[in-house]
Amino acid sequence: MNPTRSSVPWFSRVALILLGVLFLLPFFWMVSTSLKPLNETMKLPPQWLPSSPQWNNYPNAMQAMGPFWLYARNSLLLAFLNVVGTVFSSAFVAYGFSRLDWRGRDGCFFVLLATMMIPFPVVMVPIYGLFRALGWIGTFQPLWVPAFLAGAFNVFLLRQFFLSIPRDLSEAARIDGCSEFRIFWQIILPLAKPALLTVALFQFMATWNDFLGPLIFLARENQYTLALGLQALQGTISGTPWHHLMAASTLVLLPVLVLFFFTQRTFIRGIATTGLK
Amino acid sequence: MTLGERRNLIKGLVFVSPWIVGFLAFNLYPLIASIWFSLCDYSVLSQPVFLGAQNYVDLWHDPVFWKALRNTIVFAVVAIPLSTFLSIGLAVLLNQPIAGQGIYRTIFFLPSLVPAISLAILWQWMLNGPMGLVNNLLRPFLNVINAVTGFHLQAPDWLNDPNFALWGLILTGLWGTGQAVVIYLAGLQEVPAELYEAAELDGTNAWQRFLHITLPMLSPVIFFNVLMSIIGALQTFAVPYILTGGGDGPGRSLLFLATYIYQNAFDYWNMGYASALALCLFVLIIGLSLATVHYGEKKVHYSGR
Repeated sequence: MNPTRSSVPWFSRVALILLGVLFLLPFFWMVSTSLKPLNETMKLPPQWLPSSPQWNNYPNAMQAMGPFWLYARNSLLLAFLNVVGTVFSSAFVAYGFSRLDWRGRDGCFFVLLATMMIPFPVVMVPIYGLFRALGWIGTFQPLWVPAFLAGAFNVFLLRQFFLSIPRDLSEAARIDGCSEFRIFWQIILPLAKPALLTVALFQFMATWNDFLGPLIFLARENQYTLALGLQALQGTISGTPWHHLMAASTLVLLPVLVLFFFTQRTFIRGIATTGLK
Repeated sequence: MTLGERRNLIKGLVFVSPWIVGFLAFNLYPLIASIWFSLCDYSVLSQPVFLGAQNYVDLWHDPVFWKALRNTIVFAVVAIPLSTFLSIGLAVLLNQPIAGQGIYRTIFFLPSLVPAISLAILWQWMLNGPMGLVNNLLRPFLNVINAVTGFHLQAPDWLNDPNFALWGLILTGLWGTGQAVVIYLAGLQEVPAELYEAAELDGTNAWQRFLHITLPMLSPVIFFNVLMSIIGALQTFAVPYILTGGGDGPGRSLLFLATYIYQNAFDYWNMGYASALALCLFVLIIGLSLATVHYGEKKVHYSGR
């Protein structure tokens, strides 16, 4: 940190306050609009606050979306399966890349890093064909089975963490006749809890936020995730009832915010380390 | 190979086997299949029929492809520097002994958590021409400018104006730049204070210290972030797609390569053409990443080397 601790120039303070307000405004606007009656959303100049908050907008927006709770259940189910799959498979793979010495390991790891440069839109056509051949289009499988095959980014993150655990721990266990899997399961995994939690959080967010995957792999409405259900709402009503759209958007955002506020430390630390390593 | 080495190899392969399966199924096979499909007429519903280079010839003569390519590159080239400057600026502001540092960090970080669907619908509303908040904040400033200069500047109808739609998307992206702020702030906090103390004794001013200490010390982090942003920006799909209500904007001003791949694959079932587009996107990503790495190697300062 800067050594001149005592004096922060006044313009820094002003800039921070201004920028802070600017970054918060869209949130304020979203919630404020979500509580207005329809006619107040269209007033010019805009009215900052609803004259009386319309809490009914929330149940009404949920009703307009159709089976809201079914969508929520689908989103949660997919998020759960993805978190479980990614955490265990990525930890398993990261163990192989960090705690074991084998010929070709570093070459394989380089390939793994390189795959991070292949974004989904580049490979989605053949993957779609593959799932179609398996008869999986219109089911949830395309949206969770791949999670059990480890994600490159998460493997990278966990490998960095596993490397920081002293090797002697494994050696001592090996001398005692522990199998490699037991060392992984009973020694390394418990020590890696903070890193595993970070991966779990990132994956939850990624699945909850995913739009393109559900858009191309799901077919029937009763399988929609919240993201797809909300997009359908946006499409059917030609974008005028902004109070409902804002209420629904707030509802989709809410679980993410709640999760963030409970796990803030892990979250911020996780983001900070991914950028520095 | 000794017996022990072989045993280690088997153990290692067992542990990384989930990744190997994933790599073969979701990386290697799709890349190879894309090359084959891009040379075919292929609709998924029937077997691919070999066409030769026809898809690439069509692509070359397809003005929509060039539009998508141009939009994708312009978006990356404008949005990445802007968000990099903004997030470094915010991180530097935050890296001062200010009361409520943690609260500010949370405020700047929060928007990056907003799911694409909520983000895009919110900004569709924010950027609404007559009623949007952005224009209602902008109008007083424009009025002052108009009064002083005699211009007739109007607040744009962002998402319905082909000249402004891309800027609307960029604004949306800037709001969500918080992850980078957290990363840069962590990077700044790792810069040893002695460096600043020594520089201050030498009589440097704050700007010189920023230029000659902060930036070089931060350069590996900037480099990594820019590289990740390039890969992210070039595959942009969900936010512009939702912002335009599932389309590509006025005059296709929000059509990106990923959008065009999606349209060809899943609206027109033209998987062969979509594969040719996908390979173009892949080459673009590799090319720009390698260029960044090549350029970055010279500029990035790694302490301890």
